[in-house]
Amino acid sequence: MHITQGQFSFLPPLADDEIRAQVDYAISHGWAISIEWTTDPHPRNVYWQMWGVPMFGIRDGAAVLFELQACRKACPNTYIKINAFDNTRGVESTVMSFIVDRPASEPGFGLVRQEAEGRVIRYTTRPYVTERPGGYSND
Amino acid sequence: MTSIDLQQILVEANVGEVLAKLDCDLVGLAPVKQRIREIAAFLVVSRARQQLGLESVPPSLHMSFTGNPGTGKTTVALRMAEILNRLGYVRKGHVVSVTRDDLVGQYIGHTAPKTREVLKKAMGGVLFIDEAYYLYRPENERDYGQEAIEILLQVMENSRDDLVVILAGYKDRMAQFFQSNPGMSSRIAHHIDFPDYSEEELLTIAGRMAADMNYRLDAGAELAMAEYIAYRRQQPHFANARSIRNALDRARLRHAGRVFERAQAGGQSTADELSTITEADIRASRVFGRQEEHSGRPRSEAE
Repeated sequence: MHITQGQFSFLPPLADDEIRAQVDYAISHGWAISIEWTTDPHPRNVYWQMWGVPMFGIRDGAAVLFELQACRKACPNTYIKINAFDNTRGVESTVMSFIVDRPASEPGFGLVRQEAEGRVIRYTTRPYVTERPGGYSND
Repeated sequence: MTSIDLQQILVEANVGEVLAKLDCDLVGLAPVKQRIREIAAFLVVSRARQQLGLESVPPSLHMSFTGNPGTGKTTVALRMAEILNRLGYVRKGHVVSVTRDDLVGQYIGHTAPKTREVLKKAMGGVLFIDEAYYLYRPENERDYGQEAIEILLQVMENSRDDLVVILAGYKDRMAQFFQSNPGMSSRIAHHIDFPDYSEEELLTIAGRMAADMNYRLDAGAELAMAEYIAYRRQQPHFANARSIRNALDRARLRHAGRVFERAQAGGQSTADELSTITEADIRASRVFGRQEEHSGRPRSEAE
């Protein structure tokens, strides 16, 4: 299952040159850029791990690619995304966020039913990878 | 037989303009200008070769600028960045100027992120490391400088088309640095040595510096300046153009004091007087007094 979220989720995965072009666009607006990764791709999971601190004051997309390569090497088979932050309103607010890397195999989500009072049934989704932290692809 | 229009590349990149500016803006430095001309020519040719498919690997562009303080290394680095940018060898053409403090951390694990931070900021441009030999301290084998050097080397090799590194420093100490870091030496393609300025060149520089600040040296002041340069050169801590700048700054202070006193006494000053540095302003320098007492006594640059 190919999980998509954020910007460009309707496009096929971005190549490195395309990622760089997006990053250069963000830099041209003066936005800070950060790299985050996670093994849990649930759409409600907002707590991705930071790969280093956000990059302020960089001038060229090569710097982000440089960190991205390092992140790919250190965290293989995880979801990696790039965020851009705009601080013109006095807070660093996310203006771009897109997935740039994903595990080789994505097992997808399971549906969990919970029987509640009466005949109520509550549904929730749960990513299979969370059953095996670290993911399936590293086996 | 395919042919390529070198002229076209030259016109597009507008390198000629930068080189001409370099020629007329910088006094002296003939060998440096010559080398930069050669490098620019090499880059144009290698760009042409690339377009013809004769060359696939981008040339190594890391450089080392050696020379005494105040010989224009930083200025030339800025121009070099512009040339590289126009020829498309660096994308943004900005210069990030750092010293050991910006690269080396203070405790274990601090150096790598710090160095990477600087490298990331310099990507797309030129990283200018002033007094690069301080990175390597052989007397302390646990010095973190070595770590910075290793990261630097790695990036210099792997991200060649992302940034150009220029190392600068005194000639002899840089030679020592390269000797103890053969990896660094072999990754630097261009070694450029900056000669000291002659007395006439320094005098021309003084005139230009004053003109840049909208001051003028009158005839007497110019003579005094020439003498000042001759004396100052023999004293320790002489930093070529930088010493001249400092001397001029102090002359401006005296000039301002003089004008101010006259204004307090109720006198008027014309625009011409406000911008003319006279002989007295320069003769008041301690360099002249010192010279008569005993020459060659150590004194600091700030005096």
